[in-house]
Amino acid sequence: MTWVLGNLELIRELTLEHLWFALVPVVIGLVLAIPLGWLANRTRLGRTFTINVSGLLYTVPSLALFVLLPPLLGTRILDPINVIVALTIYTVALLVRTVADGLSAVSPVVVNAATAMGYTPLRRFLAVELPLSVPVVLAGLRVAAVSSISLVTVGAVIGFGGLGRMFTDGFQRDIPQEIITGIVLVLLIALVVDGLLLLLGRALTPWDRVGRPAKGRA
Amino acid sequence: MNVFSYLLDPAHWSGSQGIPARLVEHLGYVALTLLIALVIAVPLGAWIGHTGRGGFLAVGLANGLRALPTLGLLVLLVGATGLGLLGPITALVILAVPPILAGTYAGIRNVDPAIVDAARGMGMRGRDVLFGVELPNALPLITGGVRSSVLQVVSTATIAAFVALGGLGRFIIDGLAVRDFPQMIAGSVLVALLAIALDLLLAGVQKLLVSPGLRQAPAPRRLRLVPTKTPDAARAA
Repeated sequence: MTWVLGNLELIRELTLEHLWFALVPVVIGLVLAIPLGWLANRTRLGRTFTINVSGLLYTVPSLALFVLLPPLLGTRILDPINVIVALTIYTVALLVRTVADGLSAVSPVVVNAATAMGYTPLRRFLAVELPLSVPVVLAGLRVAAVSSISLVTVGAVIGFGGLGRMFTDGFQRDIPQEIITGIVLVLLIALVVDGLLLLLGRALTPWDRVGRPAKGRA
Repeated sequence: MNVFSYLLDPAHWSGSQGIPARLVEHLGYVALTLLIALVIAVPLGAWIGHTGRGGFLAVGLANGLRALPTLGLLVLLVGATGLGLLGPITALVILAVPPILAGTYAGIRNVDPAIVDAARGMGMRGRDVLFGVELPNALPLITGGVRSSVLQVVSTATIAAFVALGGLGRFIIDGLAVRDFPQMIAGSVLVALLAIALDLLLAGVQKLLVSPGLRQAPAPRRLRLVPTKTPDAARAA
C-alpha cells in the first residue's frame, strides 16, 4: 500500500493512458466491423472470406503484430499508433463474425414486415436489423473490450502499454507491489468496462426488459 | 528487402542462438506447458462436466482469464521464483488450463442426454459412459479449447523472452535492445508463422480425432427419430 500512496500521480497518468490505448481501438473496431459484418452476412463468399481472414489475423500473437505493423503501414517502429492499430485489428477480427451472426439471427419475418411498411434498405438496417442484433453484438463487444484492456499491457515490452509499464518497471526495479497494483488495476478496469457495457446493452434493448411474453406467440 | 535481411542471412540459421534452435526451444515450452495443462484440465473438466459440480468455476475461470494481463502474471511469478524455467512455465500453465477446462466441461455438458441415457440403457456404467460416450462426443469442444490454449501459450511464450526465457521472442527483445529492427521483424514473422502453422496442424488433428458422425451436425439438440435424407440414408434405402 505504501508504494501506491507514494505514486498516485503515476498511477493516475498510466490509468488514463491505458484507457485511451484500450478503448480507442474498440470504438474504431466496432465502427469498422458493422459494415464488414453486414457485408459478410449478405453473401456466402463474403462470409467465408471475412471469417477466414479474421481468424487468421486473430491467430497472430500480439507482440509480433506490434512489430510487424510498421513495415506494413510505413509507421515508425516505436510508435504508439502501432499498438492502437494492432488492437483495432483484433477487435475487428472478433466483431465481424459477431455482427454477421447477430444480423443473421434477426427474424426474417421482422425484416419483411419492415420492408412492407416502406422502410428503405438503409433505414431498415439502421432502425430494425442493427438494434435487434444488439444483444449478440454486445456480447462480442464485451469480450473485445476486456481482451483489449488486457492486451494493451503487452505494448509495455516495446515501450507503450499504459499500466503495463508498471509490470516492466516493477520487474526491472524489483517492486512486487507495483506489479500487483498494475494487475489489480487492469482487472478492475476490465470489470468496470464490462459492467458498463452490460448496462449499455440493457439501455439499448428496452424491449428485453418488458416481461417476456409466453412462448409460441409471435 | 532489407527488413528481411536478418531472416535471410544464412549465419542466423545455425548455432545455439540460431533460428532453428530458438524455434525448437519455443516448441519445447509449448509442448511442456500443454502436457501439464492437459493432465490437469482434462480430468478436472471431465469430472466437473460428468458430475455437474463446480461448472460456474470452469466457465468463470475461462472468462476471467481474458482480463488477466499475461505480462503482469509473468513478471510477478518470475520475480517470485527467480530466473529459470519454473516461473515462466507456471505462468504459461495458468494461462493454458482454463480454455481446456472450459472446453472439456462444456463439451461433456452439451452431450445430448438422450445419448447418455441410451448408453446407460445398454448397460454401460459410469466409467464406460464417460470414456466411451461422453468424451468422444465432447471432442470437438475439447480440441477447440486446446487450440485456444496453444495460441495463448505461443503468444505468451514470446512475451516471456522479456523475463529472460529463450524461444523466438528472444529475437524481438534482443533486437529491441540494440535497435536491430530486421532482427525484431524476423522474430515476429517466425512467431506469427508458428502460431498459424500450429493452429492449422491442430485443426487437422481435430478433423482426425472427431468422429465423422459429429462433424455433420455440430450440436444436435435432439435425437432425430425420423431419419433425414443423408447420403448414408440414401445408400441404405
